[in-house]
Amino acid sequence: MALTTTERPTRHSARVPAGSGRGVRREGRAGYLFLSPWLLGFAGFTLLPMLGSLLLSFTDYDILSDWSELHFVGFDNYRRMFTEDPAFWHAVKVTVLFGVIAVPLKLAAAFGVALLLNRETRGVGFFRGLFYLPSLLGGSVALGYVWYSMFNRDGSFNRLLGLFGIGGEGWVNDPDWALGTLILLAVWQFGAPMVIFLAGLKQVPAELYEAASVDGAGAWRKFWSVTMPMMSPVIFFNLVLETIHGFQGFTSAFVISGGTGGPVDSTLMYTLYLYIKGFTDYEMGYASALAWVFLAAIGLLTVVLFSTGRFWVHYSDGGDER
Amino acid sequence: MRAANAAKQGLRLLVILAILAIILYPLAWMLGSSFKSQEEVLSNVSVWPEHWTPGNYPEGWTHFKSAAVTFGRFFMNSALVAVLVVIGNGVSCLLAAYAFARLRFRGRKLWFAIMIGTLLLPSHVLIVPQFILFRQLGLVGGDFPYLPLVVPHFLATEAFFVFLMVQFMRGIPRELDEAAKIDGCSPIGVFRSVIFPLSRPALVTTAIFSFIWTWNDFFKQLVYVSQTERNTVPVALRAFIDSSGQVTVGPMFAMSVLSLVPVFLFFLAFQRMLVEGINTSGLKG
Repeated sequence: MALTTTERPTRHSARVPAGSGRGVRREGRAGYLFLSPWLLGFAGFTLLPMLGSLLLSFTDYDILSDWSELHFVGFDNYRRMFTEDPAFWHAVKVTVLFGVIAVPLKLAAAFGVALLLNRETRGVGFFRGLFYLPSLLGGSVALGYVWYSMFNRDGSFNRLLGLFGIGGEGWVNDPDWALGTLILLAVWQFGAPMVIFLAGLKQVPAELYEAASVDGAGAWRKFWSVTMPMMSPVIFFNLVLETIHGFQGFTSAFVISGGTGGPVDSTLMYTLYLYIKGFTDYEMGYASALAWVFLAAIGLLTVVLFSTGRFWVHYSDGGDER
Repeated sequence: MRAANAAKQGLRLLVILAILAIILYPLAWMLGSSFKSQEEVLSNVSVWPEHWTPGNYPEGWTHFKSAAVTFGRFFMNSALVAVLVVIGNGVSCLLAAYAFARLRFRGRKLWFAIMIGTLLLPSHVLIVPQFILFRQLGLVGGDFPYLPLVVPHFLATEAFFVFLMVQFMRGIPRELDEAAKIDGCSPIGVFRSVIFPLSRPALVTTAIFSFIWTWNDFFKQLVYVSQTERNTVPVALRAFIDSSGQVTVGPMFAMSVLSLVPVFLFFLAFQRMLVEGINTSGLKG
């Protein structure tokens, strides 16, 4: 269970037929033949754009004027971002707040429901499918509209609160609450990590629970001493996946705010701000700088996650040395 | 003891059903709202419409009649893009995965590490320079604005599917490769007669998810598609609000429901595969 799978030693590699020298050369050629689409794609659509974007981030390029009017502005874009652009800090704040609240809630919901479903009862497969459904549909524009309508001032959520005598507000139009509706939409899609948790729970050896029972452990103790440590690699996997995924939320923020990140920048997710700068304001140099800061932040976050993982993730094969 | 157990089971089922009801309410509400009148969408909490308004559907379908197109056109556009992406992903990711999983060549480990690295690379980082690149190539706008959405997929840029297929191929016994080699198969022959036929489940998973993700994708389509008659479904849905000013909620929900139908059909047909195939692929190996 790791993203980088180390090569397994093959028993057969010692007896590759057909005169190994020629066979190896032939395999080498075939290797690059099969890899060539990916290599082309990587060079043309990943590496080249990344380098181009790095260069552009030091310019004032806007797509409207000619290339000849492009000026190198040094670190101006970056300086402006950090010192003169309150919207940038808004976007950072909104995105971090979203990630810090939505990801743990989503994982908690996923883990909780996975524990509930982790019994050999009939219908589990059916339930599991239904819980997964929002993960398939949730990223669409359609669900963005559903959320917008449900959390309007006259929306059905307020009518529901009204039944309990609570007067609600226009959640999506309230700067204090708009992000909350986005978080709720993200948590609603807990099915995907839940399915991964379920697969992980199935792999916890039953003997461990039996041994714990023999030692007199109750349900609570078994959960903390068996389930949690055995599940920690899966929790970690989901945490990394959902965190990186969470910071990229775009569609729902775009739909709920009508593409503006409003009200008062309260739903200005970082990717939405990047889109606005690049494709509404046509400040492509500035947008490129935003993209590189984003990339650096994601990279840093991944490193931090992996380094903290060492302290709480338990690998039953004695840890991995990778 | 047994009675206590049964009670516990019953309680568990009750909790599951309660959570499920909350989870499914927004979907049911959307479906119900697509049959409600304008005022009722906002005021009626219930899933069930009081006054059935099936007229929302034809009204939404022809909402863009000023541009002489119906939603049928948008569905065709979306389907075209999605099918092309499915083909591109299937072919190119399979080829790359075979190289990574089975062939030995110089630099393979390095390339593999780079491929894994691109898994974590957000597409938003690349959108600006890619847009400029496609614009320089003259591929933005025009009568067929979909090439920027499709071409990268023919070059295996969706690392996730390469990874998924590599993981799958590692489960195919190497003895089969060896047997084919002894029968005189070249690496290309092994691919054709062993790996390709046995990789069908991974190909199906890739195809389904390529379709669903492309169908739901909004970000890229928003950037590259602008003319009304070239709109894909998500872009057209968003234009619903832009064009009318006064939001026509009922018809919008009707089209929202229709937009989710293909995804829902895939869900019904391949439920088990969807749930098991993709999410656990990262856990194996």
